[in-house]
Amino acid sequence: MEILVYLIPISLFLGGLGLVAFFWTLKNKQYDDPDGDANRILSDEWDDNPRP
Amino acid sequence: MCAQISACPACSVAPSAEDLAKMSEVGEARIMLSLPTVHCAACISAVERALNRTHGVQSARVNLTLKRVSIEAKPDVTAEDMVAVLAGVGYEAHELDAGTLQATVTDQRGRELLMRLAVAGFAMMNVMMLSVAVWSGADSSTRELFHWISAAIALPAIAFSAQPFFRSAWSVLQHRHLNMDVPISLAILLASAMSFYEITQGGEHAYFDAALSLTFFLLAGRYLDHRTRAIARSAAEELAALEVPRAERLEGEDVVSVPIAELAVGDLVRVKPGGRMPVDGVVVDGQSELDRSLLTGETVPVFAGPDSVVSAGEVNLTGPLSLRVTAAGEDTSLHRMADLVAMAESSKNRYTSLADKAAGIYAPGVHMLSFLAFLGWMVATGGDVRLSLNIAVAVLIITCPCALGLAVPAVTTAASGRLFRRGMLIKDATALERLAEVDTVVFDKTGTLTQGTPELTNMGDHSLSDLQVAMALAEGSAHPLAVSLVAAAKRAGVKPAKLTKLTEVPGYGVQGLWKGKTVRLGRASWLGAKADEQTATYLQIGSTEPVKFSYSDRLRKGASAAVSALKSQGMKLALISGDAPKAVEALANRLGIDDWIAEALPQDKAARISALSESGARVLMVGDGLNDTAALAAAHVSISPATALDAARVASDIVLLGSDMSPMAEATVIARKATRRIKENFGIAAAYNLIAVPIALFGFATPLVAALAMSASSITVSLNALRLR
Repeated sequence: MEILVYLIPISLFLGGLGLVAFFWTLKNKQYDDPDGDANRILSDEWDDNPRP
Repeated sequence: MCAQISACPACSVAPSAEDLAKMSEVGEARIMLSLPTVHCAACISAVERALNRTHGVQSARVNLTLKRVSIEAKPDVTAEDMVAVLAGVGYEAHELDAGTLQATVTDQRGRELLMRLAVAGFAMMNVMMLSVAVWSGADSSTRELFHWISAAIALPAIAFSAQPFFRSAWSVLQHRHLNMDVPISLAILLASAMSFYEITQGGEHAYFDAALSLTFFLLAGRYLDHRTRAIARSAAEELAALEVPRAERLEGEDVVSVPIAELAVGDLVRVKPGGRMPVDGVVVDGQSELDRSLLTGETVPVFAGPDSVVSAGEVNLTGPLSLRVTAAGEDTSLHRMADLVAMAESSKNRYTSLADKAAGIYAPGVHMLSFLAFLGWMVATGGDVRLSLNIAVAVLIITCPCALGLAVPAVTTAASGRLFRRGMLIKDATALERLAEVDTVVFDKTGTLTQGTPELTNMGDHSLSDLQVAMALAEGSAHPLAVSLVAAAKRAGVKPAKLTKLTEVPGYGVQGLWKGKTVRLGRASWLGAKADEQTATYLQIGSTEPVKFSYSDRLRKGASAAVSALKSQGMKLALISGDAPKAVEALANRLGIDDWIAEALPQDKAARISALSESGARVLMVGDGLNDTAALAAAHVSISPATALDAARVASDIVLLGSDMSPMAEATVIARKATRRIKENFGIAAAYNLIAVPIALFGFATPLVAALAMSASSITVSLNALRLR
């Protein structure tokens, strides 16, 4: 069971990474327009190069 | 659930004057428009492309979730230009106040809730993972280690995530009340404290996972609730910000633009054509016609000249007017109407929502039950405090309104989301429940069932040359009848005749010279024709007999569909209007409404609604004018179109965002479904408790049972709510 000594911290760290990533997306206003983002992916504007 | 209490919601939303001044100095105007009809990827591209092509626009971005577009543009670009551009590509748009919007774009409270939700979710999953090991048989030192790790994750996470419940519970306790948050906070706190004590004693059961999943599910409910309200509130507030709060005061030779609040009795005010009267007053100079439809429901414009009395809220149509103020601010007829609203409003506040009713029974019940469990076990075991407390905590956790906390918000989110996609905005949290009880629908006529814009009806009666002359004359005026005449003639492919000396005579009509003859288009009295009750304008060529162009008010899109659908749902329908009997009767017959009243004053409307309510009917009032506001507030539930006056929109519970009226019929169906789902959800939650509570009371509850009961009921309730979509 000694493997737990590594596995638990690793799992907590990975989970924490996800949490931090979520905070980052939240701060970046990525949840302000979920419907719009879902639809924008269907538009082929700016497909060749990113929006300046 | 307890509504957020704030001393002054407007204070936090309205930016100060300095902020606004700073914003305008940046040299970049920010324009916000509401787009009730956008719904797809193609719409987004069409709107953005059209706007970005427009001169002066730096960038435009559509927000589909909130159905609005924000435009960064040069300062000289106005919102009206943008609305016109969008109308050109086929999208309806309304201007929003960028100032109030600033506050709602960064939804601080929502983001904070999401943050807490994420922390609770993260902690819940990790603790659950450790708990699964304990449940499946880890014991002695492994179990103890897992319990300690769980505690290390859970305690800080709860301290952070459950704050909204603690705060709300504390504030109601200070006022010596109970709400749902009291048992919730108690359960979370007791469970954490008890579990911590247990693990220091090397105990078997720790309820950290239960406390965390309780927090998580309830935060999810709280967030859904918040989001529904935030969307509704922001949109409603922005629409409300459309009214112009400024007036032009004449000071000697100068014209000064001042806030309406600064106007005093005796001041001289100028109102341009197209402007709304800011005050009650008497005309001292100028001639024009007034559109009083928003105040009284009359469709025929009224002549105004020196000594005419005007009321705040009327719209000046053709010529500039100078007014001597007779009443300003609080004393205007507009404000007296608002007082009527305030009186009626109190009746609406008496409505208790289903959630509050449930909480009223539930919160004391839960406390009693767990206290009794504690006492019972104390007696049965001869004073084993630890065991009795453990069981009391288990009862608290299991009965805790996890499912109840989700039952209402999940349904209202699904229902109002569906209505929002159809172009309806729920402003009030209990509006859906009230809408579900409606059995009588009362309509206003002008501006509600009809567009409020006249439509030419007898074009076929006129010769082509008459039409050409009339069209040429009408092009010289911005009067609604003239505008409508030009539009109708254009559609029929008529080319305007060539006229000279085209002049508008404000308040009367337009005249010009055609082939050496004077031609005039305007009011009956001006041309010496006999006026009749119908809306009409007259054309006279030379000195011949004037010919009549008659109009009727155009039916709002989807109005007849909405009326017949409501009728087939078994609703009683009525039409109450301030307009003339002939026009009201014609419309009532056209739509098949048997019960109609014409020439109703605002008080009559409200009285009629009250009489209906007293006879036991649940009335849905649909109206847009100032004369409707009292009736809107008096009704059980009310709907107004987005084009309605500020006061009417404020008084109503639901706002129709688009010009189409057909979603209205669907709204009642969705509302009824939603209420049924809410009740089902309460039933599901109760059924779970019926099974789980005895288990807890008899001391068989383990953290595993608690986790199963809680997750299962929460998930069933959410899934049931999703069936509405």
